[in-house]
Amino acid sequence: MRARVRLLQVLLLLFLVLGWEFSVRLGWVDAFFFSKPSDIAARIAEWFQTGEIYGHLWITLWETLLAFVIGTVFGVVMGLWLALAPTASAVLDPFIKAMNSIPRVILAPIFTLWFGLGVASKVALGVTLVFFVAFFNTYQGIKEVNPVVLANARMLGASGRELLKHVYLPSAASWIFSSLRTSIGFAVIGAVVGEYLGAAKGLGYLISQAEGVFDTTGVFAGMVVLAVFVVLLDWAVSRVEARLLVWRPEPGREGGTV
Amino acid sequence: MREDASAPAIQLLGVSQRFGDYVAIQGVNLEARAGEFVAIVGPTGCGKSTLLNIVAGLRPPAEGEVRIFGEALTGLNRQAGYLFQADSLFPWKTALENVMLGLLLRRVHEREARERARIWLAKVGLAGFEDHYPHQLSGGMKKRVALAQVLILRPKILLMDEPFGALDVQTRQLMENELLALWQEDRKTVLFVTHDLEEAIALADRVVVFSAGPASRIVGDFQVELPRPRDVAEVRLTEDFLKIHREIWSLLREEVMRAHAR
Repeated sequence: MRARVRLLQVLLLLFLVLGWEFSVRLGWVDAFFFSKPSDIAARIAEWFQTGEIYGHLWITLWETLLAFVIGTVFGVVMGLWLALAPTASAVLDPFIKAMNSIPRVILAPIFTLWFGLGVASKVALGVTLVFFVAFFNTYQGIKEVNPVVLANARMLGASGRELLKHVYLPSAASWIFSSLRTSIGFAVIGAVVGEYLGAAKGLGYLISQAEGVFDTTGVFAGMVVLAVFVVLLDWAVSRVEARLLVWRPEPGREGGTV
Repeated sequence: MREDASAPAIQLLGVSQRFGDYVAIQGVNLEARAGEFVAIVGPTGCGKSTLLNIVAGLRPPAEGEVRIFGEALTGLNRQAGYLFQADSLFPWKTALENVMLGLLLRRVHEREARERARIWLAKVGLAGFEDHYPHQLSGGMKKRVALAQVLILRPKILLMDEPFGALDVQTRQLMENELLALWQEDRKTVLFVTHDLEEAIALADRVVVFSAGPASRIVGDFQVELPRPRDVAEVRLTEDFLKIHREIWSLLREEVMRAHAR
């Protein structure tokens, strides 16, 4: 089953790539607008051979990780606080919703103005995206704590911080972790969009430079590198998640031995 | 804490509970002596769990008073262990960590807590399952862990809310016998809520019958004079058991019918 899926995935990829390549070579579509896979592959190879890409990759990775960590920490702390403090939550609710409704792209120029063309403005943009994902998931995770488990902890003698440690945090952990996968994606978006709109380095900058000179090969090559970059980050996060959530039943395997 | 040895372990005086406009239980007076095994039966939705939550101190009653060994109960009942109907284990902790938790919360040293938890897991027949997570255990095994988790703290009062309701019949009888064996060791006061009259009679010294809700109250109180130690499967076949069963069932039946009529 798994092998078959993999095979079909490879075949589909081959079909698309070869279809694209030959459509351009046979002159059905214009290479100026669509480039072609062999050129894109050559460009990527060139980037890595000359080492030109590494600086950009490194900057984007750094911005992504900073936005990811800062946004997640803020989001989790705020989520915990508001979920456990009903009054504060009621007061802040409309403000949070209003802030979350702002399209973040609009903020990019302001952040560039405030924080300059460097790393800080991209991190700020990423944080505004990541924060809300972490916040809403933590909030929800705390709200969905199993009341029986909570009552059990209280009967066993837990209170205050102990409830947080033994019940609320572990219970919210699966929500927080599933949010991490989304968050890392958003952190990348923050970094790349920020770079795209004004920077001196990074994958977003690379793509925007290529666009500036109608270099479609460069644009597509940047996109491919970016996609692989995100897939690798996502894979890393899911590995960490699997390691930390060993107690969670695999879907469809509840029950175990009698 | 001041304790009166002659006072009843649990004493409910005119206890009522409401949820909004809904009156769950009304004017309940109930006493349980120290060391007594009291079963509470009644039709589904008669507020039996509500009663246990009141005795546990998880939710104070709307009216009336609860006394534990003669002391008025305020806040959580620190003398009581609670075995819940639903799964109450911490899914993110192993069986051993689940059993240890109460000791750790009482500032018992980690090493000692671990050792004592190991002993208790063996006592409930789960030696070798220390590192299993709850989702890797069967329903009966989870109940055993929950039992060890509560009993390791040596509560004077044990509150049990249909603890074996979700188990299959064989596992259930096994668990009932094990519960009786554990109880025989140090005779805690037990409040055991169930809707299964046979289970109630087989286990308890006394069976208290609740009326159908809303506004449930106590409509019957029967002594069960069956010899101990008992085997829950065998005791069901004795003449005395059937006699008590007939007697209580004639009362309980009416309540069950009334509950269904609603």
